[in-house]
Amino acid sequence: MSHSSERRGQGGGNNRAKSELSLTINGKPETVRVFPMERLLDVLRQELGLTGTKEGCGEGECGSCSVLMDGKLVNSCLIPALQAAGANLTTIEGVAEGPQLSALQAAFLECGGAQCGICTPGMILSASHLLNKKPEPTLGDIREVLAGNLCRCTGYMQIFEAVAEAARRKSSV
Amino acid sequence: MRFDPADYELIAPGTLQAVVALLADEPGKWLPIAGGTDVMVLYTAGKLPARKLVSIWNLAELRSIEVLPNEIKIGAGCTYTELREHYVIAQEFPLLASAARWTGGIANQNRGTLGGNIANASPAADSLPALLAYEAELILVSVRGERRVPYVGFHTGYKKMKLAPDELIRAICLRRCFSGYLHYSRKVGARNAQAIAKVCVAALGRLRGGVGGGGDAIDDVRIALGSVAPVPLRLTEVERIVSGKSVDRELVQLAKKAAVAAIQPIDDIRSTARYRTAVTGNLVAEFLEQLRATGKTA
Repeated sequence: MSHSSERRGQGGGNNRAKSELSLTINGKPETVRVFPMERLLDVLRQELGLTGTKEGCGEGECGSCSVLMDGKLVNSCLIPALQAAGANLTTIEGVAEGPQLSALQAAFLECGGAQCGICTPGMILSASHLLNKKPEPTLGDIREVLAGNLCRCTGYMQIFEAVAEAARRKSSV
Repeated sequence: MRFDPADYELIAPGTLQAVVALLADEPGKWLPIAGGTDVMVLYTAGKLPARKLVSIWNLAELRSIEVLPNEIKIGAGCTYTELREHYVIAQEFPLLASAARWTGGIANQNRGTLGGNIANASPAADSLPALLAYEAELILVSVRGERRVPYVGFHTGYKKMKLAPDELIRAICLRRCFSGYLHYSRKVGARNAQAIAKVCVAALGRLRGGVGGGGDAIDDVRIALGSVAPVPLRLTEVERIVSGKSVDRELVQLAKKAAVAAIQPIDDIRSTARYRTAVTGNLVAEFLEQLRATGKTA
């Protein structure tokens, strides 16, 4: 999606013009000029170049666009930019600790939890949401938090195992 | 791209007072958007007729859950996650808690709101049969003030409801009087998470003498269904037939027949009228059997 010039809607008022949106992404303050109804997903990918967040279905079914907003798991395709004003976001680009993969990322690689990769960022953000709330989850907890993330490659078992493995490693640290 | 954000207006006035003032200024022109789990889907598909949207997400006035001695008042802006995590809802209104758990996935539960589920008025909404069974009341607000209306009868036809163009749903009230009841709910669909129900049911029942009390006649009963009519449906005729009676095979057959007569199921992408009819009968029967079992002392 590209908006080469700022447009004003017909019918008066300047609410349809782009406006400044400030938010914190992966710990870094950012300000962009966007339309208020622009999807957060497009703001991340198009305006900020953070293309790790994927678009799958675009209707809240597949979880590929999952991010954490103020610590809560959300689908960024369903969030208008205006509602993210002032928010604190975590995207897949903010999950690794510097050059070091996070425990979840490493476990996904080792357990075969990532194949084609489209669902992986969303899977990892969903799993982070769970481990933040519940560091020692049951298999039921893992399945529940990932129920909104679809994967067409793995058959899910390796993903569940990756999350369980990451939880084990984190708790043994 | 089927939508262009430049065509839409979205503002966030920040207070309930400012939002209702806006709705009063141009009644019917502004579409309230809370968590966006329904509105944004239409928007992305290029099917959102409204061009002016007003954000009610995170309005403090809509976010509280007030626990009073006789009732609980749930702010319309409370999310499914907040419903699931609330101890009074989990303990006293399990039909609502389970509906919240079955709606979408965790990401949608973090954004979808109870008020939004009512205003979106889908006949397949998971939470609405629970509100029918608990005989919820709605508090509606506008610049003219607040009014309190029963939820039963609020939805009058497919996507139609008794909400004035300048009104907003403010809260949902549930009476705290269901401790001796069997709370029965089922969602029949491809899966609980994400999938929309082929048929869903929320029912409440109590035998004379209460749970484990040894009585066997039905003292009070409410049965509500989703996805089987243009609106979430209370099966009042079934309730009338079984009230005061003891559950036996004959009564179950009568109830199934009355349930099937009351619904208006359709064929659509999720299921068929025939399947929905069969499932409706079976769910009513299962509920009555479970209700009968509550009378047996352990």
